[in-house]
Amino acid sequence: MTDLLDMGFLAAMLAASVRLATPIAFAALGGVIAERSGVYNVGLEGMMLAGAFGAAAGSYLTGSPLVGLLAGTLCGAATATLLSALVVTFRVNQLVAGIAINLLCAGLTAFLARKVFGVEELHNVAGFGALSIPGLSSLPVIGPAFFAQDPLVYLLYALVAAATVALFLTQAGLDLRATGENPRAADSAGVNVFAVRYVALAASGMLAGLGGSHLVLSQVFVFSEGMSAGKGFIALAAVILGRWHPAWAVAAALFFGLCDAAQLRLQFANPEIPYQVFLIFPFVAAILALVGIVGSVNPPEAAGRPYDRESR
Amino acid sequence: MANASEILFKLRTLWATLLALLVGAGLIAAADTSPIAAYRALFGEAFFDYWGFANTLVRASPILLAALAVVVPLRAGIYNIGGEGQIYMGGLFATLLGLWLPELPAPFGIALVAIAAMAGGGLWAAIPGLLRAYRGVNEVIVTLLMNFIAIHIVSYAVSGPLLARDAPYPYSEELPSSLHLPILLPQTDAHAGILFGLVLTVALWFHFSRTAHGFSLDVVGRNAQAARYAGIPVRREILVSMVAGGALAGLAGGLEVLGLKYRLFHLFSAGYGFDGIVVAFMAGANPLVVPIAAFFLSGLKAGAGIMQRAVGLEGTVVEAIQGLVVIFVAASLAWQPARSRPIAFLKSRRELAALAVKEMPP
Repeated sequence: MTDLLDMGFLAAMLAASVRLATPIAFAALGGVIAERSGVYNVGLEGMMLAGAFGAAAGSYLTGSPLVGLLAGTLCGAATATLLSALVVTFRVNQLVAGIAINLLCAGLTAFLARKVFGVEELHNVAGFGALSIPGLSSLPVIGPAFFAQDPLVYLLYALVAAATVALFLTQAGLDLRATGENPRAADSAGVNVFAVRYVALAASGMLAGLGGSHLVLSQVFVFSEGMSAGKGFIALAAVILGRWHPAWAVAAALFFGLCDAAQLRLQFANPEIPYQVFLIFPFVAAILALVGIVGSVNPPEAAGRPYDRESR
Repeated sequence: MANASEILFKLRTLWATLLALLVGAGLIAAADTSPIAAYRALFGEAFFDYWGFANTLVRASPILLAALAVVVPLRAGIYNIGGEGQIYMGGLFATLLGLWLPELPAPFGIALVAIAAMAGGGLWAAIPGLLRAYRGVNEVIVTLLMNFIAIHIVSYAVSGPLLARDAPYPYSEELPSSLHLPILLPQTDAHAGILFGLVLTVALWFHFSRTAHGFSLDVVGRNAQAARYAGIPVRREILVSMVAGGALAGLAGGLEVLGLKYRLFHLFSAGYGFDGIVVAFMAGANPLVVPIAAFFLSGLKAGAGIMQRAVGLEGTVVEAIQGLVVIFVAASLAWQPARSRPIAFLKSRRELAALAVKEMPP
């Protein structure tokens, strides 16, 4: 336990947490935007996977991580648009549609990966390296953890700020939140509920795609089947724990990253302590948050319900 | 006339499935393989070959029960996304009792362990059921999150307290052979677990179509307000449907241990809980249709490996086809032709004509 007081250890641990949390944070940000517009995005997991595949394929075929990033983002958005068609236009149950998206992406990315990369060997792709921000990165503890990361982490910081401002300080954000709270009222006020949800889901898919891209382009530099490994579902938990607020959702994702880092360290350092405790912790915290033990939560009123202009 | 179109409409999940297989054929063709040969290998082996069909049965056992676990709460308007976790808890409880029980005559022992499995799944589902019924917490999210907790609990159990001696990787000791389920098809893995599912399917069909309690669950699902007005204890029914669903999924997990693996493994369920959701929706929450959908999906999964060996097509394409099937079926179920403009127009014309005929003086 004395290890914990060591600054170097703390910094390394925190840096690992940020790295592990980044894909979850991107997806959670996407989840916040989708759910604020009234759609439960259970397909985040599949969109992350699509993003990871797109990033790997783009970077592998062109050798440029930037092209990979673009391809990953677009794959996420395309997947999300398929989900919108199902849940917004056809009013398919949002859970079923999300699960279907996850299944489709799991199969399709594995199938396409064999076509693009071949069957036998794993192909390393070009990715992003760490980029220290001068000045800030030399701060004790938080410097190396937050400001000596790869460029996508800085993009995350920017997007959190942008999403917060867009959601709460702009007309478009007000329209989006109104759509998620009371689509009928928003419709009466001249907001195109369907367009808002399509755009929100596309943004959500792009963010999830960025999360998947981070896995490939900044963490492992290779695509493997099912590599999102439940991170999309954890992001859904982060959305709840973060009470549908972009900044808090990302903070929740960071907490999940911290639990993950602790779990990994414990597995090697202290095998006698069950490391599963730290794996379970984030989920218990999310449920407690839902039950209202950890503060009160109010999900967007219309989340999960398809909007139908002609129903009463 | 109206009858024919009605029958066509009633079978819309079938058309959707065929359409999905057609799109899947495009995918297969894109991989430079003949779709006909691929599908022939897939379905031929999965349903018309002794070993292949045994493989289908092995998968159908948990998938059928997991689907029923979704259907029961769904009738009461509750979404049980936690089948996977309930399967794990069922397997855990079954293993705990199975390893602890003294030697008993087989039917007693198996019955007791099956009840333990149902208790495990039922108790696990009672948590989201209680939260939903009495605190109004969204059951979808809670059941989804609890899947992960259950998987990690089993992971802890088999790598800690239950870890078998000299086990190379996390699994428990083997259950005594008196608890092993009988094998249905000799020399294969096809165990008697599927019979539990089929019997329960009929029991649930009877319950929902012939009993007052089944009817009251349906009323809760269709209109909770009206149910409350009719004196149905809505909160209690929600809890009951959730616990019953959890018990069914728990049984699925217990039967995996008793019939297939004979021990508890880390990650012993291959996503059967999620397959159950897919099947329940394909079947439109109708218990009698559930086995058909369950066999279809199980065959698809069982045939994937065979197809890979027979025509050299990656089995992963089957996962994609599975996703396509769900998407098409879900879209077909959500499609309301009464609401599509041309059909609504025709219908209103017909109704006007009928009205005019009725009001004409004799």
